[in-house]
Amino acid sequence: MATERPLSPHLQVYRWQITMTMSILHRVTGVIITVGAFALACWLLALASGGEHYVRAAALLASPFGKLVLFGFSLSLVYHLLNGIRHLLWDMGWGFEIPEFYRSGWTVLVLTIVFTVAIWFAALKVHP
Amino acid sequence: MSNIGTGGAPAGAPRAEYRTPLKIARGLGSAKSGVGHWWAQRVTAILLVLLVPWLIGVLVSLIGLDLDSARHVIARPWNAIPLAAFVIAAFWHAKLGMQVVIEDYVHTRWVEITLQLLVTFACVLAALASLYALGHIALLAPTTLS
Repeated sequence: MATERPLSPHLQVYRWQITMTMSILHRVTGVIITVGAFALACWLLALASGGEHYVRAAALLASPFGKLVLFGFSLSLVYHLLNGIRHLLWDMGWGFEIPEFYRSGWTVLVLTIVFTVAIWFAALKVHP
Repeated sequence: MSNIGTGGAPAGAPRAEYRTPLKIARGLGSAKSGVGHWWAQRVTAILLVLLVPWLIGVLVSLIGLDLDSARHVIARPWNAIPLAAFVIAAFWHAKLGMQVVIEDYVHTRWVEITLQLLVTFACVLAALASLYALGHIALLAPTTLS
């Protein structure tokens, strides 16, 4: 769409900051775990139906492809959960100084890795 | 909020009010739905902050279980009821989030409306299907196990 009027500068003129990446990641992970929620609904239906449906769902989840997708869902879920808490704290007026934005951002990223690894450590310990 | 009802005029200035008293009392503003979307997103978010860590624990505990054992775990009231709450909160929250994403990035009106309708229908359907599945599991699993 061609626009004649002057436009404000877009993303590419700004120096990279962790805050901009975390902001778009919140959206991306939100869309990913929406897909995950639909997968969970399918799994619940398979569990209710039983028989062949459950066998197929269980086989899919246990396959390398299934594990990879589950890993993506879990990583996205943990990130969205932690960064969501960051958003809720902002809503309460907490953490609005610039250094606090960076500190809370890195905290979320590090904890995302730690919690996701912990979940998969527990999961693979139960059933390698 | 001393500006409400004064049309943004400084205190003491003559009133230039074009809104009816009912419009002011409803307080929904020019966006027509006020802050309803914002609040619903936060309320479901707080519920999900509480439920998601629990849900992850339940799902991990199900790994490797056979059909009957998995059903038995889900059928417990203190699992089935929070799961039902999770499903409602999650699909509600997802609908609100997807709505904003579509509003921000889809600028062809008929495509946007179509996507909004599809997202709404899909989220309602998935929530209802999940609740049906949970009810089926919760009410039927114990009898099959006894």
